[in-house]
Amino acid sequence: MTSASASPPTAQFRVAVSTPASLGLAAVGLLLLVGLVALPSVAERDLIQDLSFVFYMLALAQCWNLLAGYAGLVSVGQQAFVGLGGYLLFALTIFGNLDPLLAIVLAGVVAGLFAIPTGLVVFRFRGAYFAIGSWVVAEVYRLVFAQIKQLGGGTGTSLPPSVSNGVAGIDWVKTLFDVRAPAARDIITYWAALALAAGTLAVVYLLLRSRRGLALAAIRDQEATAESVGINTVRTKLAVYVLVAAMTGMIGALIYLQKARISPDSAFAVLDWTAYVILIVVIGGIGTIEGPVVGVIVFYLLQRYLADYGTWYLILLGAIAIAVMLFAPQGIWGSLQGRFRLALFPTQRRLERADVSGDRT
Amino acid sequence: MAGLLDTIIQGILLGGLYALFAAGLSLIFGIMRLVNLAHGDLIVLAAFAILALGSGLGLDPLLATLLALPVMFLIGFGLQQILLNRTLGHGLLPPLLVTFGLSIIIQNGLLQGFTADSQRLQAGAIETASINLGGGVAVGLIPLLTFASAVIVIIGLNVLFYRTALGRAFRATSDDLATAELMGIDHHRTFALAMGIAMIVVTIAGLYLGMRANFDPTIGPARLLYAFEAVIIGGLGSFWGTLAGGVIIGLAQTIGANIDPEWQILAGHLAFLFVLVLRPRGLFPRALD
Repeated sequence: MTSASASPPTAQFRVAVSTPASLGLAAVGLLLLVGLVALPSVAERDLIQDLSFVFYMLALAQCWNLLAGYAGLVSVGQQAFVGLGGYLLFALTIFGNLDPLLAIVLAGVVAGLFAIPTGLVVFRFRGAYFAIGSWVVAEVYRLVFAQIKQLGGGTGTSLPPSVSNGVAGIDWVKTLFDVRAPAARDIITYWAALALAAGTLAVVYLLLRSRRGLALAAIRDQEATAESVGINTVRTKLAVYVLVAAMTGMIGALIYLQKARISPDSAFAVLDWTAYVILIVVIGGIGTIEGPVVGVIVFYLLQRYLADYGTWYLILLGAIAIAVMLFAPQGIWGSLQGRFRLALFPTQRRLERADVSGDRT
Repeated sequence: MAGLLDTIIQGILLGGLYALFAAGLSLIFGIMRLVNLAHGDLIVLAAFAILALGSGLGLDPLLATLLALPVMFLIGFGLQQILLNRTLGHGLLPPLLVTFGLSIIIQNGLLQGFTADSQRLQAGAIETASINLGGGVAVGLIPLLTFASAVIVIIGLNVLFYRTALGRAFRATSDDLATAELMGIDHHRTFALAMGIAMIVVTIAGLYLGMRANFDPTIGPARLLYAFEAVIIGGLGSFWGTLAGGVIIGLAQTIGANIDPEWQILAGHLAFLFVLVLRPRGLFPRALD
């Protein structure tokens, strides 16, 4: 005891985040990404369309997970930014003559700007009231856009074929894969959806590994304590809200580029853009980055094989949401993680003994 | 002038309907801090229950409501006892998600059972009856009955809350759950009774929803938002505040609709956000959230 306290420590420690498994998986992930980029050269058009859907739902799920799972902002109003992004795409391409891909990026920026005053209003609500309050705000967005006659008012409008067929790079894709314009358009939206899904995943992961991510995790675990150690919780939450709104706006713009038809009721639909997204996150595991990935696969399979049953399918989804919350609130990934200590996207900081060459005493 | 007066009176009376939507939500909010996202769908469910009982047994909607009341009470009691009590005390997400799931199940269950067709509760002669107030202003009997029912429901809830043993248990669990438990209150049963009573109010709201206008299985979420707005404007835990909140939403909607019919709902939401920005805790808050 005495000798140990007298001599300086003989080992050094460092903080580590990566695990051997995560480094190996990063390599696999990179290969997967390359494969997915090259996929249109072999895949049927149906598969490309289905995967686009999977990717943008995954991107939306990552956004909502960051908001609710980490910042504690359980929003039922994210359809506000999906619809806003979609309408901005239509406005920027039809009236601004912008290229659709550029319009997606710009729609994200504008959605982020809109999120600042919106956030200042909805942040008046605490906890559970925030959920319904954000829903009211999304309804305000829907009703306001239904008033804009230039964008079709309450019935909506279609994207002129000249816009959707004039997307950058379409001629190159047409000759590269030897396809007609509609298929080439699908391939470009597929790549954009893949980029957004991978991009949101990367943004969320890097954010959570950063200092701000540490602050977010602290807020998630115990808000009052986080504040007591000097975290400005309101500013951190607002920053996350704005970031998520910008990403959600970009995803919304992409979704409505693919759909090529927009109406207030579909663009601001709570079921499509919030309820399904919440379900994906909760089934997969809220508060983990892997959860939405698992959740979106389950959701896609349910949708693909059961959606024909209409109302019964939706009743089943509602029952699944209830069952997961009651019996496995951590979701599929959360339960696996608890049992096997898995982490494909580790954000936890661990103390490791560093190799020290020679004795420093 | 008569036009403006008419608008204001219609707005206040519409506020009575929104107060009925909101009173049950206010009770549940106040006692167990449960935000029930299925509240609007439960109102619609009650309207369909009245419709089914009325047409099935050949009854007047008012008589059918008397039969629907105990049924809905039991549904509320069971829902709380079996499902919702399990979601409390584990943070924000479980109650929100479970009631959201419930909302989807009720909506689609009703779609399955009753199709998407618009329905109406046929009440016979009183549907079109009106009372002339003079000066070119007349009020319909049903809107008047709606408002009167809202006032009676709120008086009833206040008596229950402040004058009865059950009300004392409600207030005790609301203020300090742990201490209430020590005093021998079974809070699960108390919550289940509260939800049952909220469903009685919901059934009355369903009756007037169905008599005043057409309804279909999908209109629940919008009613939830109006109810929520009335509760927040009024201030948490104040039943009279909820009535005032309902009247403010009703007035804003009626005035908005008078300017342009498409602005009705938007005007209500904007009035709500305006009040919220000025008075975040509502006009007459009783309890701290």
